[in-house]
Amino acid sequence: MITAGIDMGSRTIKVVLLEDLKVEGAPQLNYAVRKAQIMFPGELDQDQAAERVYDDVLAAAGLKREDVAAVYATGAGRKQVKFAADAVTEMTAGARGAVFFFPSVRTVVDVGAEEGRGIKTDEAGKPTDFAGNEKCAAGAGSFAEAMSRALQLSLQDFGEASLKSDKTIPMNAQCTVFAESEVVSLIHASTPKEDIAKAVLDAVASRVCAMVRRVGIENDVALIGGMVHNAGFVASLKAAMGVDELKLPEMPEYVSAVGCALLAAETRH
Amino acid sequence: MTELSAFNAPSSGEKKEFWRWDETAWVDESRDWRSAKVLTCGIDVGSVSSQCVICADGELYAYNSMRTGSNSPDSATNAFAGVTARTGLTVPDVQFVVGTGYGRVNVPFSHKAITEIACHARGANKMGGNSVRTILDMGGQDCKAIHCDEKGKVTNFLMNDKCAAGTGRGMEVISDLMQIPIAELGQRSFEVDVEPEAVSSVCVVFAKSEALAMLKAGYTKNKVVAAYCQAMAERVVSLLGRIGVEEGFFITGGIAKNPGVVKRIERLLGIKAMETKIDSQIAGAYGAALFAHTLVLKQGAAKPLAAAA
Amino acid sequence: MIANYGYKDGSGEYYISIDTDKCIECPVGRACLAACPKAMFETLVDDYDDEVVCIKAQFRKSLAYDCVQCKPAGGHTRLPCTDACAPGAIRHSW
Repeated sequence: MITAGIDMGSRTIKVVLLEDLKVEGAPQLNYAVRKAQIMFPGELDQDQAAERVYDDVLAAAGLKREDVAAVYATGAGRKQVKFAADAVTEMTAGARGAVFFFPSVRTVVDVGAEEGRGIKTDEAGKPTDFAGNEKCAAGAGSFAEAMSRALQLSLQDFGEASLKSDKTIPMNAQCTVFAESEVVSLIHASTPKEDIAKAVLDAVASRVCAMVRRVGIENDVALIGGMVHNAGFVASLKAAMGVDELKLPEMPEYVSAVGCALLAAETRH
Repeated sequence: MTELSAFNAPSSGEKKEFWRWDETAWVDESRDWRSAKVLTCGIDVGSVSSQCVICADGELYAYNSMRTGSNSPDSATNAFAGVTARTGLTVPDVQFVVGTGYGRVNVPFSHKAITEIACHARGANKMGGNSVRTILDMGGQDCKAIHCDEKGKVTNFLMNDKCAAGTGRGMEVISDLMQIPIAELGQRSFEVDVEPEAVSSVCVVFAKSEALAMLKAGYTKNKVVAAYCQAMAERVVSLLGRIGVEEGFFITGGIAKNPGVVKRIERLLGIKAMETKIDSQIAGAYGAALFAHTLVLKQGAAKPLAAAA
Repeated sequence: MIANYGYKDGSGEYYISIDTDKCIECPVGRACLAACPKAMFETLVDDYDDEVVCIKAQFRKSLAYDCVQCKPAGGHTRLPCTDACAPGAIRHSW
């Protein structure tokens, strides 16, 4: 059976096609990602964009719509996916997806472009508690993105630059808009880019960490969402949370879409 | 996608600064400071603007309002220099100087620092009269809601300087994004066929994305500005709700000059803001100068400061 | 005077209010100063020359995070600061 999960994020749309695998002698079903795709809607409306990326991924997998048993949607724009059979929250999808990749995980930290959240999950990937800050840009990727632009670095170079610094410069501003001025003053004061990058990522990490502390930190901890690609952020978050290891999925931005497809499959078994 | 235009290199030639507001100065030409018995000064060094107010015998004599420079001491000195240039009055001529605002402890020639909360209440009490009870100060990087008694003494206050929403800075961001000079935003916000719903995001970063999405959906720039002014009004009204709004409502700070926000606040509260002929941006410095005046009456002139420039 | 320290942002409203009229004549020797595990309170002489407590400036913009350990998430059902304040001058908005 094949199911699909669509994660309608604030910036990007992620689609995953999941296929179940029957392994002889295994007590339960296994699943594998058949195809995954990400797109920036750009000028398209969200519902049109969802249609297009879904058809694209089907074509790439050599499948038709009728080959898919069910489509579930998640993310801020999940209601826009007219062809989805059901919609689940980001917490439900994120927890399920994270536990699929790492069965030992009990705390899921999800940091995307515009949202950051901490999710507590049970061993089945069912969320038991969560804390989020979806209405303030300061605890999410866009904070780091805005600052990397001020430094004229790509988000990736920004993360790598921060790894070269061992300085701890506290940022006073809690607001992205005010922090931009603070970064500009640091630039004017000839502060090395590496140190500024670390200061910014430390600030995001400390806010994300404080949010996760609201649900409590229980091992193992996984980080999902686009910020996984930012090595500097991962290092800052590890330090802020005081954990030795953060489980990092290979396809971090697809974890919620995978969780979504998995939930679609599980209700059909 | 959000675009932080302030940091984009200008594509060609000079970049127009839509957010830049006018600096102002005024002198009471009907009087001569040399004949005043008590001369006091209030300096308000804000995060965005700095003001110097001179009171002669407890009445407004002169002021100068300008953009805050890279450091507080220089901003204070420059604000005073603007008064000197118009009147010939220098720091040693003044008997007492009170510093206020974000940079109040860094005013090199001040004798005392008083918080901007107390100073705005005192200034508003003078500018609007002793019936003023509720004061909203919308500054460059903060927003203050103050309740005061008939003497201008603060009875309840809150200050939000954590978040750019509901501050002048938020307005500057939209001015730049829409490429409309900041002084025109208020008027433009009324030039719409129907009043739009407010921008739903509180966060300025998200509001920018939302504004761009509105333009994409076919809104005129004016309509987007209207939606943003409404959001800003809703935001400050919710802050006011915490301290309670009582009649005798006075607005100070730069955004008092934006009718697009003021009219919408009045509509939401069902209360009209009191009117004043005096520049709303000087309320803090004016209050500081009045505190200085009271201190001179109570304890005499302050000793001249060695650091006075 | 009610002094509200804190902020409201997209995520919510976080204020610690101090009723300075109740705070001035503190009968318990400013027990709040020691009660707060993060030492967020300090005394100051306010604009009207009264000695009262306030929240230190470095905490005013991050209360939602700073107070986490004393909130239900940290296993507390009562706040140490409001418990310590006998005159009942301290209040949390969230």
